[in-house]
Amino acid sequence: MEIFWFIIISVVLTVFFILDGYDFGVGIIHLFLAKKEKDKEVIAKSAGLFWDSNEVWLVTAGGLLFMAFPTFYASVFSGFYLPLIIVLWLIIFRAIGLEFRSKFNFQMWRDLWDKAFGVSSLLLALFFGIALGNIVRGVNLGGVENGVSTYEGHYFFLPLWNSSFSPLTDHPGVIDWFTIVIGIITVVTLAIHGANWIVLKTNSSINNQLKKVIFKLNITLAILTAFSLGIWQIVNPNSLDNFVDKPYLIIFPIIYFSGLIGLFFIEKFKKDIHPFMLSTLLILGGITSSLASMFPVILPSTNTINESLTIYNTSATEYGLSVALNWGIIGFILLFVYMIIQKRLMGGKIDKMDYGH
Amino acid sequence: MEDMIFYDRLQFAFTITFHYIFPQLTMGLSLMIVYFKWRYLRGNEEKYNDAAKFFMKIFAINFTMGVVTGIPMEFQFGTNWAKFSELTGSIIGQTLAMEGMFSFFLESSFLALFIFGEKLMGQKLHFLTGFLVFLGSWASGWFILATNSWMQHPVGYEILENGRFVLTNFSALFSNPWLLPAFLHNQIAAVVTSSFVVASVGAFYILRNKNVEYGKLFLKTGVLFGLVSSILLAFPTGDLNAKNVAKYQPAAFAAMEGIFETEEAGAEIILIGQPNMVEKKIDNKIAVPNVLSFLTYQEWDKQVPGMDQFKKEELPDNVPALYYAYHIMVGLGTIFIGVMFLAAFFLWKRKLYRIKPLLWTIMFLFPFPYIANITGWYTAELGRQPYLVYGLLKTSDGISPTVSSGNTLFTLLGFVALYMLLGLLFLVLVGKTINEGPKPQTH
Repeated sequence: MEIFWFIIISVVLTVFFILDGYDFGVGIIHLFLAKKEKDKEVIAKSAGLFWDSNEVWLVTAGGLLFMAFPTFYASVFSGFYLPLIIVLWLIIFRAIGLEFRSKFNFQMWRDLWDKAFGVSSLLLALFFGIALGNIVRGVNLGGVENGVSTYEGHYFFLPLWNSSFSPLTDHPGVIDWFTIVIGIITVVTLAIHGANWIVLKTNSSINNQLKKVIFKLNITLAILTAFSLGIWQIVNPNSLDNFVDKPYLIIFPIIYFSGLIGLFFIEKFKKDIHPFMLSTLLILGGITSSLASMFPVILPSTNTINESLTIYNTSATEYGLSVALNWGIIGFILLFVYMIIQKRLMGGKIDKMDYGH
Repeated sequence: MEDMIFYDRLQFAFTITFHYIFPQLTMGLSLMIVYFKWRYLRGNEEKYNDAAKFFMKIFAINFTMGVVTGIPMEFQFGTNWAKFSELTGSIIGQTLAMEGMFSFFLESSFLALFIFGEKLMGQKLHFLTGFLVFLGSWASGWFILATNSWMQHPVGYEILENGRFVLTNFSALFSNPWLLPAFLHNQIAAVVTSSFVVASVGAFYILRNKNVEYGKLFLKTGVLFGLVSSILLAFPTGDLNAKNVAKYQPAAFAAMEGIFETEEAGAEIILIGQPNMVEKKIDNKIAVPNVLSFLTYQEWDKQVPGMDQFKKEELPDNVPALYYAYHIMVGLGTIFIGVMFLAAFFLWKRKLYRIKPLLWTIMFLFPFPYIANITGWYTAELGRQPYLVYGLLKTSDGISPTVSSGNTLFTLLGFVALYMLLGLLFLVLVGKTINEGPKPQTH
C-alpha cells in the first residue's frame, strides 16, 4: 500500500513539474529572448492561460503527501522552512506578474511585471532543482551534534547555506555546490521545455530562433548531466545500487536519455508536439530516476545515529491508505474526464484566443 | 517556546484572514452567477447573460487570489505546525487531499471553459460549466469545514501510544454532527458577502448614473439574495452552531457569551459590554435576563455553565478577543437583516432606486459581511483554544519543533509585505473591472 501511494504521489508531482515546468520555462525564455512587444504578449499568454490549473497539481500533491506520509510532510516542510516559504513568495510574485501585466496598457507597467514574471520563474526553477538536490543528498536528521540528537530523529532544520558550501560536511545547507548544479540543470531543462511549449502553442516571431536555442541548451544540458552524474557519485556513493539490484529500474534513466538525445534532432521534426514530448521525457525521466535511485528511502540521513526516512517509517496506517485509494481512483477518473474536455476545447495555438483573466 | 507559539499563531491568523477574503466571495458569487445564467436560459434576456459574465470576471480575479494565498495555507501545516501535521496528518490529510482532488480540479478546469468557451459550446453547456464551477467551490468549502469540524469535535479516530491519531472510521468524518450546521452557516455567510457586493455594485451604478439598467438588476438580485441569506444565517444555521458549541465546547460557549459566573436559574444574554478579566465581570453591561437559556435550551430557567465552572487550562486563552469576535459577528448579522429587510420593502414598493440614503448605505455596507465572516471564523478558532484538536491536542504541542521564532517572524514580515502589495493590486484591478462595467453582448 505504501508503494502504491508512493507511486501515485510521484506521478502527481511529476505531472506538476511537467505542467508548471513549462510555464516556469516560458518565464525564463520570456526574460531572455522575447524582445518584440507582440511576442512578449503572446508568450506571457501561453503561460498565463494555464498556470493556475497547473498549480492545482502542486496543491493536490501536497494534500496527498500530507495524507499518506504525514511524518515525511511534517519533517521536510519544517526542515526546509526558509526555502519553502521563499518558494511560496516566488509563486505569488510570479502570479502577480502574469495576471497584472496586461491589465494596464502602458509600457512601463508591462515591463515591470514582465520582469517580475521572468525573474521569479527563473528563481523558482532554480529552487525546485535545489530542492531535488537536497532530497537526494540527504540532511542531518535529528540535528545531530557530537553524536547526540538535538530533536526527535525524524526532524531537522537546514540553514540556507553553510560556510563551506559543501555537501560533504555533517551539516549541509540548502544551497551547496552539488544542489546548485542540480538547480542549474533544472533551469536548463525547464527552459528547453518552456521553449518547446511556446513553439507548440504560439506563432511568435521567435519560434525558429527558439529551435536553435533549444539545440544549444541541449548541448549544455548533456554536459551538465555528465558532470552531475560524476558529483552525484561523490555525494551519494550508493546511488547506483538500486539499478544494479533491480535492473528494470534502468527504464527511468533510459527515458531521460532518449529525451536528451532526441532533442538534438529538434530542427528535423515536422510536428511541434514532438519536441515537447521529448522535453516531457526529460522531466519524467529525471525525476523518476532520482526517486528510483533512493527507493524506498525518501530522505537520506547524513548521520549514522538516525535512520533515513523511508516510505515505511513515515506513512499513515493501512486503513487510512486503503480508504483513500477508493476515493483516489474516483478522483483520478474525474480528473481524466476534465482533461479530455479541456483539451478538446482549448487545443491548438492560442494567439487568437481572448485573454479574459 | 512562548514566542515560537505566538509567532506561529500570528502568521497563521494573518495569512488565513487574508486568504479568506477571496473564497468567501467566490463561493457566494458562483451561486449568483448560476442564477443569472439560469435566468438568461429561461427568459433569453441578454442583460442576465452579461451579468453572469461580468461577475465571472470578478470571480476569476478572486479565484486567482484565492489560489496564490491558498497554497501557503496548505504548506504552513507542514512548515509551522509540523508536530500537528505528523500527529493528525493521516486524518485531516484525507479531507485536505480530497479538496484538491474533487474541488480544485473541477473549479479550475471549468472556470477556464466558462470564460473562454461560450461561443464554442452553446448556452446550455455554458450554464453547465458555470454550475460545475459553483459545485467545485462549494465542495472546497465542504472539505475545509470537514477538516475544521474534526478539529472542533474529533470523531472516527484512535490515539496510538506514540500520540498519533489514526483514522478508524472514514465516513464519521462526514457524518460529524459539527459539520453540517457549520458548513451551511459558512456557505450562507459567503452568499451574504456576495449579495452585499452585488447590491453594492448595483447601488454604485445607480448613484453614478452609469450602467443604470445593470445597476437596477444587480441591486434587485443582491437585495433578494441578501435578505434570504441574512435570515438563514441567523436562523436556523447560526442557532444550530451556537447549540453545538454549548453542547460540545461549553467552556468556549461561556467565554464567547461573556458569562463569568453561573446563575442559579436562567442565564442572561449580554448584548454590549467589555470583559474585565481582573474583576471577572462585564463592564458597562447591557443584558436581557433569561434569554440565553431560552435560545440555547428553549427553557427560560435552565442553567448555563459560566466560566467559573471550568479550570483555567480548559478555557480559551484569550477570552476578550473571543467575546468581541462573537459579538461583532452577531451584531453585524442583525444589522444585515435590518438593512436588507428595509431595502426589500422599498423594492416591493418600487421606490428603492430613488431613495438615495439607502442606496448610499448599501453601497458602503459591502466590507461588513467580510468582517462578519472573519470574526465568525475567529469565534470558531479562538473558541477552540487552547486546543488544536479539541480536548486532545494542545496548540502549544502542535508547532514545528525545529523552526525558531526568529525565522517565523522573518517569514511573517515577508508575508505582510507581499500581501500588502497583493491587496493593493487586487483593489485596483477589481475597481477597474467594476468601473468598466458589464459589456453588452455584441452580435
